[in-house]
Amino acid sequence: MSTIFGIPPQALFGQLLLGLINGSFYAMLSLGLAVIFGLLNIINFAHGALYMMGAFVAWFLLQHLGLGYWWALLLAPIAVGLVGMVFERAMLRHLYKLDHLYGLLLTFGLALIIEGLFRNGFGSSGQPYRIPAELQGGTNLGFMFLPNYRAWVVVASLVVCLATWFMIERTRLGAYLRAATENPALVQAFGINVPRMITLTYGFGVALAAFAGVLAAPIYQVNPLMGSNLIIVVFAVVVIGGMGSIMGSIVTGFALGIVEGLTKVFYPEASNTVIFVIMATVLLIKPAGLFGRSN
Amino acid sequence: MTIKRMLGTAAAVLMAAGTAQAQMSDGGIKIGVLSDMSSLYTDLSGAGSVLAARMAVEDSGIAGRSIKVEIVSADHQNKADVGSNTARQWYDVDKVDVIVDTPNSGVALAVNEISREKNKVFLVSGAASSDLTGSKCSPNTIHWTYDTWALANGTGNAIVKTGGDSWYFLTADYAFGHALERDTEAVVLKNGGKVNGKVRHPLNNADFSSFLLQAQASKAKIIGLANAGGDTTNAIKQAAEFGIVKGGQNLAGLLVFLTDVHGLGLPTAQGLIFTEAWYWDMNDANRAFAKKFSAANRGIHPTMIHAGVYSAVTHYLKSVEALKSDADGKAVVARMKATPTEDTLFGKGTIRADGRKIHDMYLFEVKAPAESKAPWDYYKLRATIPAADAFRPVADGNCPLTKS
Amino acid sequence: MTTLHGATAATGDSGRAQIVAFLIMTGLLIAAPAVIYPIFLMKALCFALFACAFNLLLGFGGLVSFGHAAFLGTAGYVSAHAAKEWGLPPELAILGGTAAATLLGLVFGLIAIRRQGIYFAMVTLALSQMVYFYCLQAPFTGGEDGIQAVPRGMMFGFIDLRQTMTLYAVVLTIFLGAFLLIYRTIHSPFGQVLKAIRENEPRAISLGYRVDHYKLLAFVLSAAISGLAGATKSLVFQLATLTDVHWSMSGEVVLMTLLGGLGTIFGPVVGAFVIVAMQNYLAQFGAWVTIIQGAIFVICVLLFRRGIIGELGRVLKKAL
Repeated sequence: MSTIFGIPPQALFGQLLLGLINGSFYAMLSLGLAVIFGLLNIINFAHGALYMMGAFVAWFLLQHLGLGYWWALLLAPIAVGLVGMVFERAMLRHLYKLDHLYGLLLTFGLALIIEGLFRNGFGSSGQPYRIPAELQGGTNLGFMFLPNYRAWVVVASLVVCLATWFMIERTRLGAYLRAATENPALVQAFGINVPRMITLTYGFGVALAAFAGVLAAPIYQVNPLMGSNLIIVVFAVVVIGGMGSIMGSIVTGFALGIVEGLTKVFYPEASNTVIFVIMATVLLIKPAGLFGRSN
Repeated sequence: MTIKRMLGTAAAVLMAAGTAQAQMSDGGIKIGVLSDMSSLYTDLSGAGSVLAARMAVEDSGIAGRSIKVEIVSADHQNKADVGSNTARQWYDVDKVDVIVDTPNSGVALAVNEISREKNKVFLVSGAASSDLTGSKCSPNTIHWTYDTWALANGTGNAIVKTGGDSWYFLTADYAFGHALERDTEAVVLKNGGKVNGKVRHPLNNADFSSFLLQAQASKAKIIGLANAGGDTTNAIKQAAEFGIVKGGQNLAGLLVFLTDVHGLGLPTAQGLIFTEAWYWDMNDANRAFAKKFSAANRGIHPTMIHAGVYSAVTHYLKSVEALKSDADGKAVVARMKATPTEDTLFGKGTIRADGRKIHDMYLFEVKAPAESKAPWDYYKLRATIPAADAFRPVADGNCPLTKS
Repeated sequence: MTTLHGATAATGDSGRAQIVAFLIMTGLLIAAPAVIYPIFLMKALCFALFACAFNLLLGFGGLVSFGHAAFLGTAGYVSAHAAKEWGLPPELAILGGTAAATLLGLVFGLIAIRRQGIYFAMVTLALSQMVYFYCLQAPFTGGEDGIQAVPRGMMFGFIDLRQTMTLYAVVLTIFLGAFLLIYRTIHSPFGQVLKAIRENEPRAISLGYRVDHYKLLAFVLSAAISGLAGATKSLVFQLATLTDVHWSMSGEVVLMTLLGGLGTIFGPVVGAFVIVAMQNYLAQFGAWVTIIQGAIFVICVLLFRRGIIGELGRVLKKAL
């Protein structure tokens, strides 16, 4: 068989691989959302804006301090994570006893402010950011040309996602976190500083977004609006996966990237909507999401 | 509370007591710059367009002849309802005589209708839709700088003639992208080229790799980008990443501005070919304008849209002064059409009956980093498209004004 | 859902206060065009209606929809298309737009009510994104150009809507009619059950109410009134564009409702007027408008959760 549904298999493999790369971004972002939602009960609408901020910090470090990509990969998540912790201490903290809606609205407002400020400061046409010298070029895999940078993105994202999963599901710290989600008062009684843990968790979730932002900077235009469209898709990913499990959000993220990639080959017109169609279907069949526990 | 008062600080009021102003409606000429001040098109129009209008007023020396000119500005936020509300309020309450710029075809078409209804003047520099001088043409509107047909024609024509005879289109999947693709494809075919294929991508698509691979597999010599803004810049950036240009295929942008190239950086954008109406580094007059402009605009150099605003306002003031009245929009536009245009930036030109301003267009190629000698030194000229061939023939436009 | 700041049950005293407030509002709106630009007023009225419809769902039903733009925008497109391409008179165009939004509301509702709270919000958001992409690509909407130059025409054959003041009267009538409908709904037995579900859903279920039916009905009603607002808006501005289907519009309506006062009767109207006025008169400040909007969100959520009318009602000790 030389073609699959009229597409040469080589091209199909190429598209699957590309889908996996896009899935890396979905996975990292939905993972951050899931971690934050798990512990803080907050839907972090500012996630897209903080992802953008990560990319801008990378650009700023290069442009004004001469610090390259690898430094950015380390420093941007820390910087954005700190900003996130300030948000948590100053604002989100007051909302935990209230309806989820208020967390959503507050972070939505924060997203508007952050994006507006960046647009005022840096304009709308974006800033250039180059692929680091070590990762330029690519490898010819026979069926496609794979830029080295894209391969790095998949590896980096997989490592970060799995490390996060390991930390939350398999370590003592993770056990505290999960326990605090179930019953904060009891965990507090065991002498663990729950409020500080919550602050750090939010900072960590936001740092994941910033890390994704730095990874994205050489691929996409570093632009104040780069996060605002992505966030909606990531929400859909989270709904499909269900917020029950960390692994769920990782797997769903990668899987939906692949599905989207395939759609781009067979029916490109629908590639923006396919995730939402899947979401509606999943909800009709399994309202708690693929990996979620119903209530 | 009126817009007029709110905008007091933003307005440039050039006043002198005298007699001539009595001839103008409401004591003077009032120019409204309606633009995108907060979103996608901010850099290529926005505050720069207000600045360009102000420079045109200053350079006209009209204040010395005792005519008061005031400039107001507002952000349409790329929302047709906000833009149309502002336009109506400007015309009805604030006595604005002419609206200029207005990027975003949706907003521009709305203002086009309102200007016709209120018999005012609308000078479009920012919007692309060639419908403004086609089926939607109006006796109150002049489309100044460029349009989709001119871009498609200029780029398509010149590239096919220089050997780029097989094309693959990356098209944004909505009306604007379809129009660009359709117009360019027609030009390519007419000149003996062929289209190897096309793919429709969703608007605001972040990842183009999968579409670029399809384009690569098509073996077409030219990949035409029938999209705009972030879609174009992302596609160009990722084409560089996948080694498409190095592999021997060339990218043709169908709607690219100087600020987009600046945002991409030369290492990424080099080799890109596209059509524009004006470039700051072409002659001394342009350079002088750019120097003054960028000093007042955070270093951002003028795009063709800014230059178009300057040119349009200059010609408007001249015509109104000659007519000694700005009251009747149709009469002003008729006068503008009857008078040949001349200004320092666009040189000599004319305005056709359908409202299309006619001038040369240019095909540019983005320089390689080594060729660029100074900041914002980005383009080299590949071809000049003479005014006579640059725009859609009147007969093809279906403009009701041109039918007897 | 007990922490949502909803309205308390209207006492007889509050009922009188609400009638007085309604009369004051009507009086102000009748007098307003004498001093304020009528097109601006009509825009504010359309958004006020939209916000009231949204508030019916959130403030009284406890359901957070983040996809209401889909109803506003779809109705706008349908009525604009009907008036322009099919040449229907304005009353039928508006009716057609409203019907389309109602139908869409039914579809959204059937899918979305399967999830609660924040998931509900995200589902509606995702569904409205689908509608947005459909409108972007469908040929009849004209992409980013939108549908332009929609004729206003003659309503019922004899009311000439091309006269600005006549149009204003019609828009005001539509607004007041729909406003009273919402008011009646809230105070009907149906509204009471809705509030009971908002306060304690399991208890409502145990009392034998078919909770999903009530929710769905509230959702469809809210969608229909949003559609009415969208259809009217398209005739006022003579256009329909992508702005109204974009998700940021869904965010704006939340902002209006929250600022005015969630679960209050007059709050959404006040909120809509404030936001629309801000967008209009601060237009020169460009990107600062979004930043200011964001700041209002943050301030409202942190310090001011009752909103303008909610706070006023607290001071007066009356539910408004």
